[in-house]
Amino acid sequence: MGLLDYFRSSQAKNSAGVAKERLQILVAHDRAVRGRPSYLPQLQQEILEVIRKYVDVDLDAVSVNYEQEDEREVLELNIVIPDAPHASHAP
Amino acid sequence: MARIIVITSGKGGVGKTTTSAALAMGLAQRGKRTVVIDFDVGLRNLDLIMGCERRVVYDFINVINQEANLNQALIRDKRCDHLYVLPASQTRDKDALTKEGVGRVLEELAQSYDFIVCDSPAGIEHGATMAMYYADDAIVVTNPEVSSVRDSDRMLGILSSRSRRAENSDEPVREFLLLTRYNAERVEIGEMLSVEDVQEILSLNLLGVIPESKAVLNASNSGIPVILDRESDAGQAYGDVVSRYLGEEVPHRFIHTEKKGFLSRIFRG
Ligand SMILES: Nc1ncnc2c1ncn2[C@@H]1O[C@H](COP(=O)(O)OP(=O)(O)OP(=O)(O)O)[C@@H](O)[C@H]1O
Ligand SMILES: [Mg+2]
Repeated sequence: MGLLDYFRSSQAKNSAGVAKERLQILVAHDRAVRGRPSYLPQLQQEILEVIRKYVDVDLDAVSVNYEQEDEREVLELNIVIPDAPHASHAP
Repeated sequence: MARIIVITSGKGGVGKTTTSAALAMGLAQRGKRTVVIDFDVGLRNLDLIMGCERRVVYDFINVINQEANLNQALIRDKRCDHLYVLPASQTRDKDALTKEGVGRVLEELAQSYDFIVCDSPAGIEHGATMAMYYADDAIVVTNPEVSSVRDSDRMLGILSSRSRRAENSDEPVREFLLLTRYNAERVEIGEMLSVEDVQEILSLNLLGVIPESKAVLNASNSGIPVILDRESDAGQAYGDVVSRYLGEEVPHRFIHTEKKGFLSRIFRG
């Protein structure tokens, strides 16, 4: 019983700490998204279309990551291509 | 030339209208010619907090649409000569607030007032962006709570990208944090984010901390801006906010629980 009380009170004690931690993550994510150029989704879509002309990849095979560093902006493209060479739509 | 102050938050119900009324009254009491505008079209309640709801004839939208002139729409406060209220419309929809229309009205007001206080509606939609667009200063009203702090941060993003000052690459809008509904007891036992926690996340200039206070509801019940209740903690905290806004150095109060405060509260009954 005493232990349970202790547990409850330390839960309560921590709730502000939990809130702060969650906020730090949320706000960092929001800020990262906010800084992204608005053309990113379309860029991603068009790159995917081009790739799919040549390779049979999944719809989520292309991911675009944007990061702002001190001096420059970094655009990172990640394309997942299947290992098996079933790219050619052979008959 | 007037200074335009927006009272904004993102999240609803955090104390924007309470703050707009208090700040406007406080500035006017110090001799500043002040007008406070309700941007909450459709849900107007600044006039209720100011206690002038029965004197509303024309509103902000009437002036924007040139159906009335400013002199017809402005309501002079009965307690303070320097204070005027421009109420919102209860009937129109938010689109009636056009950028040009709002700009025209603010420009005209700027000729004869020192401060224009804009009470923003909640959200980050049209009404809120119109309220902040022309701002010189922004007071971001925040409660010590996850969703409110997050919304404040989003509002800061909007201020720094979509305000007139941002668009014209002028000196940026001056941003201040006002933490309201603060409960020092709960902060002390770790149940509520502290002022330091919120500061660490938002890193804004702290304009003040307004305690959670019964005086706020009492004041709104009677249509008296809480800053006029000088006995109350919230009234005094808003008084300090006005001083700080005007550049005075005033130590922060109501942030920590005080034994003395606790006792005197008991004795006061
Ligand atoms: N410091 C405070 N202590 C206690 N209650 C408060 C305090 N500040 C505001 N309130 C209460 O919170 C409620 C919302 O306040 P207010 O109307 O000022 O918020 P708002 O941000 O303007 O809301 P909205 O987003 O709907 O316009 C009201 O009932 C008010 O009495
Ligand atoms: Mg309001």
